Amino acid sequence: MNFIHNLADFGSKIALLDDVGKSLSYQDLSKKADVLSAKIGSNKKFIIVKCKNNIKTIIAYIAALRGNHAVLMLDSELDSSLSEQLIAHYKPNILLDCSTEDDEIQHQEINDEKQDLHPDLALLLSTSGSTGSPKLVKLTQKNLQANAASIAEYLQLDHSESPITTLPLHYSYGLSIINSHLLVGAKILLTSHSIVSKEFWHFFKTAEASSLAGVPYTYEMLKRLRIERMELPSLRYMTQAGGKLAPPLVEHFATITAEKNIHFYTMYGQTEATARISYLPADKVLTKTGSIGIAIPSGKISLEDSSGNIISTPKTDGELIYQGDNVMMGYAESASDLALGDQLNGTLRTGDIAQFDEEGFFYITGRLKRFIKIFGNRVNLEEIEHELETQGFECKCVGEDNLLIIATLDANNHEEIQQYISQKYHFHHSVIKLYSVAKFPLNSSGKLQYSQLFDLYQSQLTS
Amino acid sequence: MSTNQPLINAFSSALGIDTSAVTDELEYNTIPQWDSVAHMSLVAELESAFDIMLDTDDIIDMSSVAKAKEILQKYDVAFEDKE
Repeated sequence: MNFIHNLADFGSKIALLDDVGKSLSYQDLSKKADVLSAKIGSNKKFIIVKCKNNIKTIIAYIAALRGNHAVLMLDSELDSSLSEQLIAHYKPNILLDCSTEDDEIQHQEINDEKQDLHPDLALLLSTSGSTGSPKLVKLTQKNLQANAASIAEYLQLDHSESPITTLPLHYSYGLSIINSHLLVGAKILLTSHSIVSKEFWHFFKTAEASSLAGVPYTYEMLKRLRIERMELPSLRYMTQAGGKLAPPLVEHFATITAEKNIHFYTMYGQTEATARISYLPADKVLTKTGSIGIAIPSGKISLEDSSGNIISTPKTDGELIYQGDNVMMGYAESASDLALGDQLNGTLRTGDIAQFDEEGFFYITGRLKRFIKIFGNRVNLEEIEHELETQGFECKCVGEDNLLIIATLDANNHEEIQQYISQKYHFHHSVIKLYSVAKFPLNSSGKLQYSQLFDLYQSQLTS
Repeated sequence: MSTNQPLINAFSSALGIDTSAVTDELEYNTIPQWDSVAHMSLVAELESAFDIMLDTDDIIDMSSVAKAKEILQKYDVAFEDKE
């Protein structure tokens, strides 16, 4: 048994509270989910939930899991052409739209053909929220339970917690907060308001939120908002993941949280590991600044060099390998992949390059795969290139976190490309930079040299 | 000297919209360009354009162009009635 099936054990305790004052107890959440689940039917179906940070999204999510269906959590704000593409690609049986303002879950039968779904398949999450990539991470209920339990253990969660949602529920980090807090019987505060809005902070204060979670950009906003000057006596801890937080920001938040006796955890993870892989204990944040910490309880991290040997010497770069019960079954790129069983057997090659220090704390030093993060969302550079290609633009993409650099051969279409990308993926225009090159740099075997392309961009900036 | 223009420029550049779209009625979250990311970029633009440091309450209260003008007046930034 797992937390999804044990919800009713917490009885009349409040599970969910939203920003207009509506609430739902654990036993009612469990009941409502079962009513919806009965409506969906008993044979295993593929369900897409269009989510928002509201009560009905959680009901739909829990209903799908309790009925042992396979559920894909989809961003309701995803560009409609992208979500239609994704639906056409996977042909799910049912769409549950939870994004409307009322309490009704819009139930839509899309495909009545039986889908071949592996019995263990429970949850599907996009590897890249904003681009609507068809590449999905496949997770089991065992994955969800394992990661929720590890997180609850190192954050020392119990039923007195009341986390407030700052991240969307289609995002693994956002969903991990829901799972780990449902596991302990906490009260989850649901809001779609942004932390830059008055409504958010009013809800935070009146409902006495006990924790805040954020990606690096959230922390940049919190710094500008000068959170240290706010009266937030209910705040017990803050977590950060979704990319590397710049060391000056780590120090800033470590200092201000220490003054107020708030625990501050910097963490690391991947959707491929359900969410969490490592965390830095709050009392180490000032002495191990920039470290991703140590493996979560029940997980194991090792580093492997390029010939596949385990690294045992500190300060040596290697690929970060994670082992644990929260490692996904594998990826799905098409509907037929949904029938496949576990392909990873609990071992995940993260594609991140890391090293450890003498005391065993890990540090990320690089990345093997071609992706960047924009405001915490993973963006696959190949996908952007491909999308631009279909629009008739010949471009190559490089970048770093919060900076997408698009190299073109033609300087005249820069504005058009920037507009297109900004609108399609909802990226702020300031993170998209264009520059032109006479030709794309290739090596002797004709392979594009992305690192040279990045250097060229930087040399143009300084010249 | 008119302070409308620096305000309009700040909105236009932070939100990535044409200066003609910056009207008093323009509100937070009503156009896709004015999201939380653009909002923080707007705060940075306004702070540097008027050489001020906005309070937390004012940052989270700045829900429209008209409201921005009202708030900036507290920082001794004056606006003309008409553009």
